Amino acid sequence: MASLDDLKKRITSVKSTQKITKAMKMVAAAKLRRAQENAEKGRPYSDKMHNIILNLSNGISDKENAPKLLKGSGNDKTHLCVVLTSDRGLCGGFNSNIIKKAKSYFQKILNEGKSLKIITVGSKGYDQLKRVYSDKIIEKISFKESKNVNYFDAEKVGKIIIDNFYKNEFDVCTIFYNRFKNVITQIPQEQQIIPLKASESKKDSSVEDNYEFEPEEDEILSNLLPKNISTQIFKAMLENSASEQGSRMTAMDNATRNAGEMVDKLTIQYNRSRQAAITKELIEIISGAESL
Amino acid sequence: MSEEFKVEIINPEKSFISKDKVTEVVVPAYEGDIGILKDHISIISFLKPGIIKILEKNEEERYYVEDGIMEFKDNSLSILTSSIHNIKEMKKNSIDESLKDAEKLLNNENLDDQERFLINQKIDVLKSLSIN
Repeated sequence: MASLDDLKKRITSVKSTQKITKAMKMVAAAKLRRAQENAEKGRPYSDKMHNIILNLSNGISDKENAPKLLKGSGNDKTHLCVVLTSDRGLCGGFNSNIIKKAKSYFQKILNEGKSLKIITVGSKGYDQLKRVYSDKIIEKISFKESKNVNYFDAEKVGKIIIDNFYKNEFDVCTIFYNRFKNVITQIPQEQQIIPLKASESKKDSSVEDNYEFEPEEDEILSNLLPKNISTQIFKAMLENSASEQGSRMTAMDNATRNAGEMVDKLTIQYNRSRQAAITKELIEIISGAESL
Repeated sequence: MSEEFKVEIINPEKSFISKDKVTEVVVPAYEGDIGILKDHISIISFLKPGIIKILEKNEEERYYVEDGIMEFKDNSLSILTSSIHNIKEMKKNSIDESLKDAEKLLNNENLDDQERFLINQKIDVLKSLSIN
């Protein structure tokens, strides 16, 4: 059995770990509120953007000559996957969940004999993917320096994607991120952004309106689609940051609780061994006295 | 009053302004400024650098935008833009700075006509702002 001193040291060390996890939990909780607010505030923009694009693409008469970003390059050979993760660890299953989702998608694509390209956003995703897919990663982006999620960063990612698309580097682009449902649940998502999937909300009645366009539909579209990609990335980043904080908060809450349990157990063990030591000493004294 | 309609300006981070009772909005659409009154036909257009004017009964507000897209439908106008500033809050030196940046951009040889046009627009607007 460990000596009393050792036990004491362990108890203090677990306690100080607990202090850290507790503090991290508090910080995550505070950040979560802000991130959640931002995610909610950012929704109208991406929703509106999506709606306008739907309206536009429905209004387009000449489907053959629709912008490439909308209908795709006509092929389905090369897939680009953009994996959005966090830059920091200690947030539970947050990153692993995205990676798991992405990996199963990668596998599917490779099994179909298509080629795969990966862009990672956030250093944790790169760390986890580089072991297996290092030859597939064409770009790694990290925004460690920016404190908050901002549109400027999203635009940068969007630009890289679009540049690659026009260079015919890929045919289909999918992004992976965690959608924030609530503090405990974050759902890993895959979303195809090139070519745009418009089918989901076609039933929406607002789509059928007749609009006047100025300038022509396709000209607006070709201007708008690149922006939409940045917007979708931005939305994903916002959702991701809220999810990250939520996930970290839960993880740290669990860690704090576990540390508490550990301290309790160790304290009991400490007391028992202290008692045992006292009993041993007593027995020694008594048996010493008896032998006299 | 029945001559009023809704306007909402949204940027990626948040809803920038939202007003229920405006009488007229002038937006710098790509092919020229458009004044929008109530019961305008549904329209989608994108914006060039310029000034959005929002007129209410007794008030007038002016905003500077660099790009964006507008949609008018059922008497509600939505403007999506990633760069919008209230002109009242714009400092003279920051205007001059972006003016300089824009002029620098213009020297780039590889611009196509459209980009050149947009940058020229921006310079014009910024100059007019800088004078006032």
